[in-house]
Amino acid sequence: MEVVSLGSILWMTVAAFLTLCIFSFLYKDNPFYIFAEHLIVGISAGYWIAILYHTSLTDLWIEPLANSALAFGSPEGSMAGKIGMLLVNVAPGLIGILMFSRFFKKTSWISRWPIAFYLGVSAGVALPLFMQSFVIRQVAANMMNPADILSTMTADLTIFYNYGQSTLLFWQGLGQIIIVLGSICGLAYFYFSAQHRGILGGAAKIGIWILMIGFGATFGYTVMARISLLIGRFNFLIDWISAIGGYLGV
Amino acid sequence: MNAGFWQKLAALDRRWIYLVIGIVTFVPILAYIRVPVNITYEVEAVYRKIDSLPAGTVVMVPMEFGPSTMAEMQPMATAVLRHCFSRDLKVISTAMQIEGVILNEQVLRETAAEYGRNYGTDYVFLGYKPYPDLVILNMGENFRKPFPRDYYGNELDSLPMMAGVNHYSNVACIINLNATSGVDYWINYANGRYGAELALGVTAVIATDYYAFLQSKQIFGLIGGLKGAAEYERLIGRPKDIANRSMTSVSVAHVFIILFIVIGNMAVFAGRRGGRG
Amino acid sequence: MAIQYFVPHHVSATIYQYALNWTIIIGIFTLAVGIGSLINLHYDRIAKRKQTWRYSAVTLAALAFMTVVGLFSPNAMADPRGLFMRTYFYVLSPVQATMFALLAFFIASAAYRAFRAKTVLATLLLLSAVIVMLGRVWVGDTLTGWLPSGLQLSDIAKYILDFPNTAAKRAIYIGVGLGIAGTSLKIILGIERTWLGGGK
Repeated sequence: MEVVSLGSILWMTVAAFLTLCIFSFLYKDNPFYIFAEHLIVGISAGYWIAILYHTSLTDLWIEPLANSALAFGSPEGSMAGKIGMLLVNVAPGLIGILMFSRFFKKTSWISRWPIAFYLGVSAGVALPLFMQSFVIRQVAANMMNPADILSTMTADLTIFYNYGQSTLLFWQGLGQIIIVLGSICGLAYFYFSAQHRGILGGAAKIGIWILMIGFGATFGYTVMARISLLIGRFNFLIDWISAIGGYLGV
Repeated sequence: MNAGFWQKLAALDRRWIYLVIGIVTFVPILAYIRVPVNITYEVEAVYRKIDSLPAGTVVMVPMEFGPSTMAEMQPMATAVLRHCFSRDLKVISTAMQIEGVILNEQVLRETAAEYGRNYGTDYVFLGYKPYPDLVILNMGENFRKPFPRDYYGNELDSLPMMAGVNHYSNVACIINLNATSGVDYWINYANGRYGAELALGVTAVIATDYYAFLQSKQIFGLIGGLKGAAEYERLIGRPKDIANRSMTSVSVAHVFIILFIVIGNMAVFAGRRGGRG
Repeated sequence: MAIQYFVPHHVSATIYQYALNWTIIIGIFTLAVGIGSLINLHYDRIAKRKQTWRYSAVTLAALAFMTVVGLFSPNAMADPRGLFMRTYFYVLSPVQATMFALLAFFIASAAYRAFRAKTVLATLLLLSAVIVMLGRVWVGDTLTGWLPSGLQLSDIAKYILDFPNTAAKRAIYIGVGLGIAGTSLKIILGIERTWLGGGK
């Protein structure tokens, strides 16, 4: 087994200590947990500042702004063009700085302008694309040819008299019917503009059954996800103990 | 067992439950027991796609996971990247979840080093930009628009691999490894607007949500959670990697969770019935 | 921005790209405002010597440390031996990972104390969950391996995911898509004004 350096073991010990501080919350709330919680808030915020500066602010704003300012010292290009580029690079920064007006009660209304810009762009961009991907493409996928479904179901009827030899195409066809009718009934359940009576009521009832099966599947997967995260931490603690053991030659 | 027993059981201190779940999850990790992992068609579809690409093809493997989901996503990312590098594919990656930028960079760098791959010629890491929806849209026009430089500060045009690689139509496919709700942006924007061939690797929490997109062929494959990672490890011939080693623990924990549900329900219903009697 | 989707002219494309870039830059300042609010909150606690002021001091000290190290260390983003990356891997990463790992315990506790099969629908949900949980791991096939193909737990779990689950999620996504379209239109037309934070 590879022997880990003392420096790495010390860092791993810090990580293990903080891991156990968080786990201590399972027994009850305590100063170790609160300390780790506050520490991570500060570390995360500092991390965000550093990452945003190095990866985003410099090459998207500071550099282009500096370049457009330095362009005035170059004989190439027209003055109008240089002024235009400078304005195009200054403007987003100025609009962004307006956000800081939120800290002062009298001027906090100014921060609505950059929020409006961001919301406008996001909403405008989202509108056609979410309609296309979430609605149109999904509805299109639901439009299955009933003749195809029927032919799939009837392609192999050995399922009724010789299950072991069947290709199970019948269930595939039935599944396609479940998708088509299930999604329509699910939508009927979420339609609250009319009372759930008669056909709509019946469809809504089937819809909620389908939804419950779907949510059950999601719950099952969620359990797997959460357990996986715990396994990850246990693996780390085992690695830490192994590293110490390896260093001490145990 | 009388009603009193069931009522006491129903009121059991939750810390005993924590202890049991801790033990049943921890103990199986100590001893590796190889368990069967059946391969599902949605994971195999991703494998077959990457396997079908000729050497030198450019693929995009954007990673958007952080420490909070790395136990599920890191094995998945490692397996997919190992497959890409073993097939001599060129990989472009981004990291648009801010908490995971450094983690994603490490996964990419270390996996590339395993296969002796060189930065700039075999793989490129574009790094992070905020607001993934807008970045994904902008990348559809030109990668250089949101990313004039890569994560290390190199201009994209100075990297040999990026010659002629300008937008999604220049990459064979996108395998998005995502633990955030930003998956929807890849489906809506990269696939919806630019028609990029897209597969997803997501946490198990959100995996069930994307079967609808699999059926509508908006995505061609789906790797879900640690089980999906274990399947991919089997497919690339690495059955002793971390996801596979964890499957025993997952299985035992599942059984105990089901037992908790059953016992919890029995305790409440038997306790009530006994109380009425 | 909605109209430009349908306008393939190069002027539309140029405006589109500048709008996207501007929004990202403005967004960075928005994130900075969030950090400013955090500093305000904790400084206020320290200045007024509130009950948890010592922990707030830890927060601000950690923030200052990480900011200084991140901004002024040479090659902070790419040096695995540097203080910035070591702090990320051995402080930030384990704490965040462990906080989410706690959810495993909470879900076990919830399974015992809260998941009651009181109604037919609740029973259906739990049954579906149990089938998927067992069917996706080897336990399911071990228990039902003697059954013909198609009736084993892994097959039923696959069937649930491929068909009823797909139907349910499709219904939800169509609803979500229509909702997003409606909300986006309301924001664009000025009908939805809650983001103004005052209603006016």
